[in-house]
Amino acid sequence: MAERLQRLDMILGTYSPEKYKILEKNLSRPKNEIIKDLIDSGLKGRGGAGFLTGLKWKYAAMAEGEQKFVICNADEGEPGTFKDREILSKVPRKVLSGMGICAYVIGANKGYIYLRGEYKFLVPQLQKEIDEFHVYCDIHNLKFRVEIFLGSGAYVCGEETALLNSIEGKRGEPRNKPPFPTNIGLFGCPTVINNVETLVSAMTVCNIGPDEFKKLGIQDSHGSKLFSISGDTPKPGIYDLEFGLSLDEFVREFGDGDTKAVQVGGASGFCVPRKKFSQTTLGFKGGLSGDNLPTGGSMMIFNSTRSMYHVLENYLEFFEEESCGQCTPCRIGCQQLKKGIDAVKRGIKPPEYLEQLLSLTETMKITAKCGLGQSVANSFSSIVENFREEMIY
Amino acid sequence: MPHTRELIDKVTGHYGANREALLPILQEIQRNEQYLSDEAMVEVAKTLDISSADVYGKATFYSFLDTIPRGKYVIRVCKTIVCDMHNKNKIIETIENLLKIKVGETTLNRKFSLLYTNCLGWCHKGPAMLINDDVYTELTPEKVRDIIREYKNKP
Ligand SMILES: Cc1cc2nc3c(=O)[nH]c(=O)nc-3n(C[C@H](O)[C@H](O)[C@H](O)COP(=O)(O)O)c2cc1C
Ligand code: SF4
Ligand code: FES
Repeated sequence: MAERLQRLDMILGTYSPEKYKILEKNLSRPKNEIIKDLIDSGLKGRGGAGFLTGLKWKYAAMAEGEQKFVICNADEGEPGTFKDREILSKVPRKVLSGMGICAYVIGANKGYIYLRGEYKFLVPQLQKEIDEFHVYCDIHNLKFRVEIFLGSGAYVCGEETALLNSIEGKRGEPRNKPPFPTNIGLFGCPTVINNVETLVSAMTVCNIGPDEFKKLGIQDSHGSKLFSISGDTPKPGIYDLEFGLSLDEFVREFGDGDTKAVQVGGASGFCVPRKKFSQTTLGFKGGLSGDNLPTGGSMMIFNSTRSMYHVLENYLEFFEEESCGQCTPCRIGCQQLKKGIDAVKRGIKPPEYLEQLLSLTETMKITAKCGLGQSVANSFSSIVENFREEMIY
Repeated sequence: MPHTRELIDKVTGHYGANREALLPILQEIQRNEQYLSDEAMVEVAKTLDISSADVYGKATFYSFLDTIPRGKYVIRVCKTIVCDMHNKNKIIETIENLLKIKVGETTLNRKFSLLYTNCLGWCHKGPAMLINDDVYTELTPEKVRDIIREYKNKP
């Protein structure tokens, strides 16, 4: 097994022997020092967008406000992602410790775990852990309370500002940015929203320090990351891997010997065909132009029996249903893309029509209000361009 | 409608009668009454002092909230790509035959509804489905038959 493929178990590994020891240790450190450590560690958000966690905390810490919030984004709706559920069911204490440290650093007294409705079965055990966490908050003089807020089946509510609207009792529609939640967030108050895994990694940085953390991964993508691996693989599951892995290595380890394509980052990520495996590395920088893909950790493997037309159609149906409908490019765009590939497939439209659809996704990328509509172009163009014949015949 | 009133009071007791309570209230009514009736939505609007159109807007936004009656047990089968690749069609077929309903429908005795849903976060163990809040994974037609039989025997 390639070295980068060894399971690190940094995130899902066992707890330290004493409960909330890392939290306690950090509550007596200067806040600036924690922020500096996080920035030095290069830790980037694990929710997909990859924003520097240290900076996010810093902005919220600097923002003025009597009341501030910490929100753990556990809406995990991206197709092919299931690592946050695993973290919350196996090591919830690490997530709460991360939230506690964040609350201390930015001065928040209230936190939410926004849990997708599909994970409601987790509530009893999670609530038990929260109750115990509150006891430790009191012992260590941290005025902080965490509450679970349940979603109700809407992918878009994972978008941070839609999530805020959802808690506030409004439709879960994304807001315009700026202002960013670190300044004007929940109920207008400064708010940090972090992915489940990000909070665990932040706690890890606070525990082992930025230097140890940086030893893992590659330039610009430090640390380890949980990957949710599914599809045509003999060993689907959750793996804690180092950044910087090439897709070639990845497929050799996880493929079924007949891998045709890998979808990196879920339906809103990119589809990489076999011929590009060797030049593609897993990390944050660059997007598709560079050879370094951003990722929320979803890795879906397709073998040669799969129709990429069918895969794309399935994604478009997903986007069409999950679009909040607030802005026209996304609401109409998703429908038209789905109709469009259908028309080409049936021969109602000529193959050149695909170019028009590609330019429609470019328009959506620029004009859609949130990441949902903006990222449809990723999977659409990477599938249509790399598997053009399959779209037509 | 005394029942709805009690449900609303229970939730506002925790959150207060403000907007933040809206989604939790709707979830609570959905869970107990299997849908959000017009009467229930009006009652919620009055309690929170917002328009009933506002409540309706929220109710229709979420796929787990319904404004038409559903069965006591709502079956949601994942149709997203990984479960689709792992033969979700066979699962759907099996359930349709067992319950004599199509996707989107509810049995006449209002015991079961069969719906599609998007990725449930169990792709590595697909095909997957939810029955109310309970998750079932690595489904096969045989397994589904057993599960449905079990639910048919429940009250
Ligand atoms: C449509 C859409 C869905 C999203 N869903 C999630 C999600 O389920 N979980 C998550 O952590 N971030 C999700 N995000 C990203 C969040 O908006 C946000 O960037 C993230 O929670 C920030 O946390 P991080 O900095 O720790 O990554 C989504 C974004 C978009 C546009
Ligand atoms: S891009 Fe789509 S999901 Fe995002 S705000 Fe516009 S319509 Fe809603
Ligand atoms: S695709 Fe069905 S659970 Fe993810």
